[in-house]
Amino acid sequence: MMATVAPPSSSPPDDVTSIVPRRGSRARPLFDPPIVKRAIGDSFVKLNPRAMMKNPVMFVVEAGALMTTILAARDLAAGAGVAGFTFQITLWLWFTVLFANFAEAMAEGRGKAQADTLRKTKTETNARRLRNGTEEAVPATALRSGDLVLVKAGETIPGDGDVVEGIASVDESAITGESAPVIRESGGDRSAVTGGTKVLSDWIKVQITSNPGETFLDRMIALVEGAERQKTPNEIALNIVIAGLTLVFLLAVVTLQPFALYSVAASGSGAAPSVVVLVSLLVCLIPTTIGGLLSAIGIAGMDRVMQHNVLAMSGKAVEAAGDVNTLLLDKTGTITLGNRQAVEFIPLGGVSEAELADAAQLSSLADETPEGRSIVVLAKQKYNIRGREVAEHEARFIPFTAQTRMSGVDLDGRRVRKGATDSVVEFVHEHGGAVPAELMDVTDRISRSGGTPLVVADRGRALGVIHLKDVVKGGMRERFQQLRAMGIRTVMITGDNPLTAAAIAAEVGTDDFLAQATPKDKMDLIKKEQAGGRLVAMTGDGTNDAPALAQADVGLAMNTGTMAAKEAGNMVDLDSNPTKLIEVVAIGKQLLMTRGALTTFSIANDIAKYFAILPAMFMGVYPVMEKLNIMGLRNKESAVLAAVIFNALIIVALIPLALRGVKYRPMSAANLLRRNLLVYGVGGVIAPFPGIWLIDRLLGLLHLA
Amino acid sequence: MTGNGLLQIGLYVAVLVLLTKPIGAYMAKVFAGERTWMHRVLRPLEAAVYKLCGIDENAEQRWTQYAGGVLAFSAVSIVFSYVLLRVQQWFPLNPQGLANVGPDLSFNTAVSFGTNTNWQSYVPETTMSYFSEMAALVTHNFFSAAVGIAVAIAVIRGFARHSVKTLGNFWVDSTRTIVYVLLPLSVAGALLLCSQGVIQNFNSYTKAATVEGAAQTIPQGPFASQEAIKELGTNGGGSLNANSAHPYENPTPFSNFVEMLMIFLIPAGLTYTFGKMVRDTRQGWALFAAMTILFLIGVFIVYSSEQAGNPILAKLGIESAATATQPGGNMEGKEVRFGIVNSSLFTVITTDASCGAVNNMHDSLTPLGGLVPMVNIELGEVIFGGVGSGLYGMLLFAVLAVFIAGLMVGRTPEYLGKKIERKEVKMMMLAVLVLAFTILGFAAYGSVAQFHKDSWVNPPGPVIANLNNNGPHGLSEILYAYTSAVGNNGSAFAGIDANTPFFNTTIGLAMLSGRFLMLIPLLAAAGSLAQKKLVPVSAGTFPTHGPLFVALLVGVVLIVGALTFFPALSLGPIVEHFLMYQGKLWS
Repeated sequence: MMATVAPPSSSPPDDVTSIVPRRGSRARPLFDPPIVKRAIGDSFVKLNPRAMMKNPVMFVVEAGALMTTILAARDLAAGAGVAGFTFQITLWLWFTVLFANFAEAMAEGRGKAQADTLRKTKTETNARRLRNGTEEAVPATALRSGDLVLVKAGETIPGDGDVVEGIASVDESAITGESAPVIRESGGDRSAVTGGTKVLSDWIKVQITSNPGETFLDRMIALVEGAERQKTPNEIALNIVIAGLTLVFLLAVVTLQPFALYSVAASGSGAAPSVVVLVSLLVCLIPTTIGGLLSAIGIAGMDRVMQHNVLAMSGKAVEAAGDVNTLLLDKTGTITLGNRQAVEFIPLGGVSEAELADAAQLSSLADETPEGRSIVVLAKQKYNIRGREVAEHEARFIPFTAQTRMSGVDLDGRRVRKGATDSVVEFVHEHGGAVPAELMDVTDRISRSGGTPLVVADRGRALGVIHLKDVVKGGMRERFQQLRAMGIRTVMITGDNPLTAAAIAAEVGTDDFLAQATPKDKMDLIKKEQAGGRLVAMTGDGTNDAPALAQADVGLAMNTGTMAAKEAGNMVDLDSNPTKLIEVVAIGKQLLMTRGALTTFSIANDIAKYFAILPAMFMGVYPVMEKLNIMGLRNKESAVLAAVIFNALIIVALIPLALRGVKYRPMSAANLLRRNLLVYGVGGVIAPFPGIWLIDRLLGLLHLA
Repeated sequence: MTGNGLLQIGLYVAVLVLLTKPIGAYMAKVFAGERTWMHRVLRPLEAAVYKLCGIDENAEQRWTQYAGGVLAFSAVSIVFSYVLLRVQQWFPLNPQGLANVGPDLSFNTAVSFGTNTNWQSYVPETTMSYFSEMAALVTHNFFSAAVGIAVAIAVIRGFARHSVKTLGNFWVDSTRTIVYVLLPLSVAGALLLCSQGVIQNFNSYTKAATVEGAAQTIPQGPFASQEAIKELGTNGGGSLNANSAHPYENPTPFSNFVEMLMIFLIPAGLTYTFGKMVRDTRQGWALFAAMTILFLIGVFIVYSSEQAGNPILAKLGIESAATATQPGGNMEGKEVRFGIVNSSLFTVITTDASCGAVNNMHDSLTPLGGLVPMVNIELGEVIFGGVGSGLYGMLLFAVLAVFIAGLMVGRTPEYLGKKIERKEVKMMMLAVLVLAFTILGFAAYGSVAQFHKDSWVNPPGPVIANLNNNGPHGLSEILYAYTSAVGNNGSAFAGIDANTPFFNTTIGLAMLSGRFLMLIPLLAAAGSLAQKKLVPVSAGTFPTHGPLFVALLVGVVLIVGALTFFPALSLGPIVEHFLMYQGKLWS
């Protein structure tokens, strides 16, 4: 146990029971004025047809807008009576495209603002490069992978690397946004340092692991900026569906003209619909709502992950998080607080509880581990035994080693030891003593209940047992219940023996556990789950976690972890809070749900638009078509215009939803579906009717149509 | 609507529900290659076919090989029929001495029967010899039905299997369909129909004198054998122009009930087969429920619209209410022995399934009564649908429904444990596009086409000169023709002279694309699905067996169909309906 400084955590306290993502630590207001300003400008830049091509739905709208622009110009030049109508339709078609561009620009803008902040930390620094034992000053950009540098207090670490010598407290706020310093030292799993962070005290020697331009900070900037954004698998599939629907509607509208011509000839009155009206119908029918907001949803999803201080290496990883079936959670640090606490002293034979407590405390006075300190505290609280100044005695402290598996103190002829059962029993035997028969019963009982027994002995006398207990983080049980409701299986990974593991798993309510887990066991478990068609998510920080992190579908590496772990995972939690994996899963689900909800809404909207536009189109041919005008729209122009305006405004109205994601509550898929179908499906069918009606009346009030 | 009418509809649905499980379970066994009680009699026949054709019963095919088999088999049998029709006068069993059939009509007819459409641009009794009927056409009733069912089974295997590349063997699946399913059922069906008076002979046509003393020729023929497979295989092509309205094909209300049952029997049974094969019969019943709901919606619209009759006639003082002595409503084009309810029921059944047999004149239906059959076909023939094609069509919609709404549960959409991804979605959209493109494209061109004065493909002038009706009803007739062709239905509004090279060719092409451009993408999707791993079911899985999914599926079928075809339909039957109530008549 080497965590002398608690891992910084800027996320909300863990005792909050809901897994629903809350506002992240880096949240900005939804409509941050500078971002809005930049987004408005970008909306126009994005009109470039070459960029629009990537979005088939909006490209069709732009092409339509271009067509009506030409017609409006012609009407204007000819002084035709319909010029006002054509002009207004054209205007709103352009607005439709701009609104969609604005949504995308807003989503991107939030990332860009973040990137700008990060860039500021990328100031020119100088490095003390060590070569052949001599120190030379070089610019940080001259450093290459493999170089050795010295960083002293107050200096900025010039590049990513591993600490090879020394220990220092480091301010990583530039990366993590967390101002509490962290300890970085050579060896172990806390040796990684990131370029751009600052050494506050002491010094370290760092072996550089990345070349300029490929540093963690560079990657982070590129990611939040969305420069490398690639469409995710689901997004591609959805794009195919909406592009397909666009083609179907294009066909329905194009073939409508011949049918209209036939009808005009048959009825002998009226005229076939004008191109402007046909374009309006087309734009209203094609799924512009989802088409316009699709990329914004994806970018915003990435951004939401970032706001939670998690750096996702790709959108695909975030999407995969929503699909996860199995969560592998390390017991220590994720499910339990990183340490055990003494909760009980159980004396053996004729030993009194106070005597045991006294001996236990004595053996732990020099023990700086959280367990050791908890023993001292328990003895003080329960038996009012105060910590003693042992310096005046001839005290010799025996530290814990992996070989002896005991620690203790030799003092005034006493030899007090505490440690693993078999080690201490052996110690007692060595000193010619015997252990009471009840010892094994006591230790077994503690193990079965999920605790760890520490046996205390003084030479040949076994005094008793200290009951150490894992302290489960608050709210974990509720979280696992919610995960189960969502159909996600949780597996606790622990180095404990099966007995202890089973007890803790039962206490917190994970579905399964993997006891005495080696890195290989972990890897095998992942492969087994994946072979069964499941997607697996896990967290890790050590170098030996790296293969499993790479194998898992979602590998969340801790920022405090080694570079190898960070490279292997597809996400890095800058707060190094493994429990956050659960929130990442929720964000992934929210991303997929938002897409589904807006697609359903978009398609459901079409029904009302038919009832607005079709009667308007054909009332001249068959006056009886008025019967389809169930909204009672005032006239032809107003009906078409109202539908087009509604279609454009709904994009703007849904930007907050696209950026924030639909509301998410953990529940079973069946319940989620029922709820969302009701809101976005049935709601999508109904909502446009009053909306279009209202716009129609407003157009009348304003004398626009 | 009368109580008696509703009772008959209820009886039909009840009997259908009862038959679905036994026939479905039987087919599941047949296609798994398990022994059934029919094996003792039919296994030798099956084995003989394999031996004769050199088929390895145990060989498995990838989707491409499977599709290759489907295409090769269909192509060869279509060419065979084409040739036979072109030279029928030199073959026996032609007591009327009917002439060889022309090239465009032969093409249209061979394609029509080969695609399970059975659109007939001709009058059978004056065009086809008994030999042509049996060798060129009835064979297809078996073959094309077998192709449809085989493809459905392959598509089901795409969902049922996992981590494999193969979908079964087309030659084995189609042989088993014919030997174990179609043959025994049609023999039983033909005998049942004979008992009701359907004729079966090779006689020359009977010359008779009518009551008024006019001479009348009454066609004869082997009708019972043809009639049974015509319904069972959802083919629909009659030996008589009047089809199932003719007393020789459909003499009694009971024979009518049997024929209606035979149409839905296999498509309904396949939903259960599907459930069996994917190891969750609830999934099959969900599809069955969605189909039944869509079916009943259609039945009630047609029945109520036909029973309401024509308000213009009512205004003239003609009694249109049902009484003890008369059916009331719109009896134009209907047989008295079937009345309104059994005509409405038959209309909806034959257009839900891509059968196309008719026992009444669809052209004479009220506007809304005529809208329903058209919409039924435009929805993709998925309401029970054609044998096999109905099931795989409905699976297409199920996949789309799962994809669109499935994202809303926060997971990559999955259906039956298979993730629905790019490839599947692409194939499904392709099939939807084909359907919309061919129906709307051909109908749009057909409604404004002009032919110059010495055109040989069609009489000169606008194409609407081929129509018997003006106004919106004329548009409906064109739309119905191509809808029926693409949906491989084969029923017609008639009222359109479609036996011209232009219509024969375009309708022929429409039938081909409606059949094969739909079936190939589905097989491709099945091939991709079969290779996927099975995602285990959990609380996070989109449930696809409950009422919620049924409602969603019905909604998606209706909305996708309505959104595509509503504009065209609004200028046809919908406006015609409003005009009728306004009292406007067309010549």
